Amino acid sequence: MIASNQPSVIKVRVKRQDGPGQAAYWQHFDIPYEENLNIISVLQKIAAKPITRDGQRVAPIAWDCGCLEEVCGSCTMLINGRVRQSCSALIDRLLEDSPSGEVVLEPMSKFPVVRDLVVDRARIFQALKKVKAWVEVDGYFDMGPGPKQSRTQQEAAYPLSECMSCGCCLEACPQYAKVEVIREAGESEEAYRQRVEAANSVAFIGPHAINQAVLFNSNPTGQFKKAERLEALTEPGGIQVCGNAQNCVAVCPKHIPLTTSIAQAGRAVTVHAVKKFFE
Amino acid sequence: MAKQRVVVVGGGLSGLSMTMKLCELGIPVDLVSLVPVKRSHSVCAQGGINSCNDATRQLGDSEWKHFDDTVYGGDFLNHQPPVKEMCEWAPKVIDLMDRLGVTFNRTGEGFLDRRRFGGTLYKRTAFAGATTGQQLLYALDEQVRRWEAEGLVRKFEHYDFTSPIVDDNGACRGVVIQNLHSMEFLALPADAVVVASGGPGLVYGRSTMSVMCNGSAASRCFRAGAKYGNAEFIQVHPTAIPGADKLRLMSESARGEGGRVWVPRRSQDTRDPKLIPESERYYFLEERYPAYMNLVPRDIATREIFDICVNEGLSVDADKMCVYLDLTHIPKAELDRKLGGILDIYQKFQGVDPREVPMKIFPAVHYSMGGLWTDYERSSSGGLVVGSPRNHETNIPNLYAIGECDYHYHGANRLGANSLLSCIFTGLMVGPGIENKLKQSKTAAADLPPAVFQQAVAAAKEQHQAVLQRPSSDQNPYQIHQELGDLMTRAATVVRRNDQLKAAIATVEELEQRANVATVVDTGSWTNQNVIFTKALMDMFPLAKAILWGALQRDECRGAHFKPDFSMPSLTSDTREGRLQEAEQWCDRFQANTDKWLKSTIATLVDGQPKLSYEDIDTSSIPPRPRLYGLVGAEEIETVWKRRAAAKSAQVDPMAARAAAAPAVASL
Ligand SMILES: Cc1cc2nc3c(=O)[nH]c(=O)nc-3n(C[C@H](O)[C@H](O)[C@H](O)COP(=O)(O)OP(=O)(O)OC[C@H]3O[C@@H](n4cnc5c(N)ncnc54)[C@H](O)[C@@H]3O)c2cc1C
Ligand code: SF4
Ligand code: SF4
Ligand code: FES
Repeated sequence: MIASNQPSVIKVRVKRQDGPGQAAYWQHFDIPYEENLNIISVLQKIAAKPITRDGQRVAPIAWDCGCLEEVCGSCTMLINGRVRQSCSALIDRLLEDSPSGEVVLEPMSKFPVVRDLVVDRARIFQALKKVKAWVEVDGYFDMGPGPKQSRTQQEAAYPLSECMSCGCCLEACPQYAKVEVIREAGESEEAYRQRVEAANSVAFIGPHAINQAVLFNSNPTGQFKKAERLEALTEPGGIQVCGNAQNCVAVCPKHIPLTTSIAQAGRAVTVHAVKKFFE
Repeated sequence: MAKQRVVVVGGGLSGLSMTMKLCELGIPVDLVSLVPVKRSHSVCAQGGINSCNDATRQLGDSEWKHFDDTVYGGDFLNHQPPVKEMCEWAPKVIDLMDRLGVTFNRTGEGFLDRRRFGGTLYKRTAFAGATTGQQLLYALDEQVRRWEAEGLVRKFEHYDFTSPIVDDNGACRGVVIQNLHSMEFLALPADAVVVASGGPGLVYGRSTMSVMCNGSAASRCFRAGAKYGNAEFIQVHPTAIPGADKLRLMSESARGEGGRVWVPRRSQDTRDPKLIPESERYYFLEERYPAYMNLVPRDIATREIFDICVNEGLSVDADKMCVYLDLTHIPKAELDRKLGGILDIYQKFQGVDPREVPMKIFPAVHYSMGGLWTDYERSSSGGLVVGSPRNHETNIPNLYAIGECDYHYHGANRLGANSLLSCIFTGLMVGPGIENKLKQSKTAAADLPPAVFQQAVAAAKEQHQAVLQRPSSDQNPYQIHQELGDLMTRAATVVRRNDQLKAAIATVEELEQRANVATVVDTGSWTNQNVIFTKALMDMFPLAKAILWGALQRDECRGAHFKPDFSMPSLTSDTREGRLQEAEQWCDRFQANTDKWLKSTIATLVDGQPKLSYEDIDTSSIPPRPRLYGLVGAEEIETVWKRRAAAKSAQVDPMAARAAAAPAVASL
């Protein structure tokens, strides 16, 4: 499994940025080679000993992670130019594919950088609000079980509901453009958040949100709000922005059939528009 | 009066179910979390969630049996009223989650499918593939987002809870939190604070838990005077996959779906496992536990794996502990449908397909049964008075704890698929109690003089600055954390010995001294993860010490706490008569031990040191009985014990005694 000519060090190049709106710069680190490392353990090693290849002591690299088993969506970044979860990026595999023996880490480019590899992905969650990605139950008292569902229904819904809001699809989507609002001096957190939300609200919601709309429109109770979700999909930044480039589906770590969902939503939106026209 | 508000610290299953319930009651919530709540550790839960259900009922199951399995599995260390209430709610909790859109697996007819989990003989566990926790969490996250859209929830994500704000009367009036990006501090006034911050896995370095599970929030309440119960009860899961950064779980559902645990009978047999014939495989759990087979409770499975590897020398690999967990006899389509998620994890991280090759697994720290002490109000029927403000309140008035960070429900050992249940249940059940708590008060915390909150913020800032401005030393927080984890894993997991525990306490003290002077390399004031980690590390010590002291003082074996020097022996006589006689002595000793040790350990932190006291357990519904899974002589012990129990209850109720003395139905 592991090539015999293992390097003695892992060469890591990291794109760093001290804060929002600041200039990015590169740093190089050499990590002694060990078997079975992933990107997270490499970053942990750098954190424990933040010394660059030239022996310069630097601030530890900031990055996000959580579950370490590719289910929480925290640790997304660009690894050798490709967007993916860093917890499941195994060094041995990366080295097989990278003859230069270098591992290059960059923050996602479609989201504002907070620091180093940490980006602000609030927009992902905001889009879920817009498409009302929930089942509108009456309340949380005991009302017996939900509607019966067939195995086929469950097997169609389950993959869609595995979306962990990691943002890989958004990074890959050519129609998803970065929205960055720089906080003004003296601006309160709340006022700043409001400006960010306003800017996000007209930008593309993204394939993950379209997929969630499809998921909840297929839920026996969720479908009662189908019309509202379809309306949301036709607003500025809605499904019409999608150019059907299909990049999203190729990078989703959960293998969610995003383009199928987009096609389904597209049809539903058309039907909805026609119906509305005759109302 | 200003509008009363509640702060919920933590957005895992427990914090989210609490938040949505409070919103339904019209109470606004400030929800604080280290990570966006959708990324909370609950996403990792794989196997499922328990309740008795229509199918098991017809096989003799009931809420009462679920209750009985839970306290028996927990070795009777659980206070019974909360457990009874939880098991009664369980079917309704699952119904609710079904209504919220959780994609539970279905039967051919469209009902919820169920699997079997450890410590029970019934198929109680509902599941959504092998990512049940994720699916449950998402359903709650969606409901909370809905309330957020309606303006009832304010989220404070990427915030660290640094302390409760306790007033001069000792009551909690809010929290101080720190923004993990701007590093600014903020006080949130609150009329009740609910801590739902999950488990403390990082105290053990690597575990099956997520990196946010550092126990800091619970520890900060402990420092502020909250009592901490049963710290020494840490569950070690029998089946995990080793990794440099994390010990990834291989869920019990793998065994629930028919997975078999074995080792080659010949030590370090290097043959390809598929080529080892059945007769040369030792299915040790099946042989030793013919009733439960591979699904014995976790503490037992873990000790057996430990025993096979360490004492019998049958570990599959020579240099590390591991045994086979074999699924290769199950059709692939079925595996994909029911276990896809976890099999993918194995394949992704080990590079081997577990559908083709038996997995290599070993035990890892997984769950804390102990946690913040909380109160409850017992109802006349032995459950809880729902709506009582006392339910889940800590000893600090207005401060509540729910979810993995409290000490209820699971006693000395948690049964699989009972935690997701306890988390969702507590949120739903405690909500109305908090509503009543707020109603009792004629004031709102927001109306308190601003100085109360300004002082709290100033104190937090000062502490933060002190850490940043430490003189440089050669102490590295990450190195200290690793040493702490290694030490705790050696001294306070599967097997515990007093000499090792004593030594560990001394070492932990040294590590704490070192952590207190460790240098923070990054002294900046923007997204400084270095200083946040260092502060969390410092807060691991109170918990580590509570675990070690609790374990040291508890000279017995109970559930996950196993001290071979104090274990109860198997019976040795060859004849039934002889064994019955031994059983008498065994039961005497068991009774004496119960009288002495059937108590919760309660720690309070005094000058940074845990002071322990002991609290009686409410066993009012189910009298304690020996836990006899697989013990030699179990039958005789049970006979003797039943006779004694019958005699005892005869003093109370002669009719009941006669019934109890009647021949036992094939009990397990
Ligand atoms: C791998 C794995 C699999 C499991 N599988 C199952 C299963 O199948 N069935 C079952 O019943 N149980 C299972 N469990 C156990 C169960 O998942 C957990 O006990 C449960 O999810 C805990 O939920 P919680 O709400 O208490 O906390 P968590 O989900 O851990 O959430 C804690 C929250 O608190 C926040 N927080 C923590 N500290 C702070 C702080 N200082 N400041 C601000 N916020 C803070 C976090 O951000 C997070 O939002 C499993 C556990 C693991 C590790
Ligand atoms: S199919 Fe649409 S959403 Fe997906 S990458 Fe292309 S443009 Fe983006
Ligand atoms: S659809 Fe896939 S890639 Fe996109 S956010 Fe969800 S899980 Fe990530
Ligand atoms: S850390 Fe959770 S997806 Fe990588």
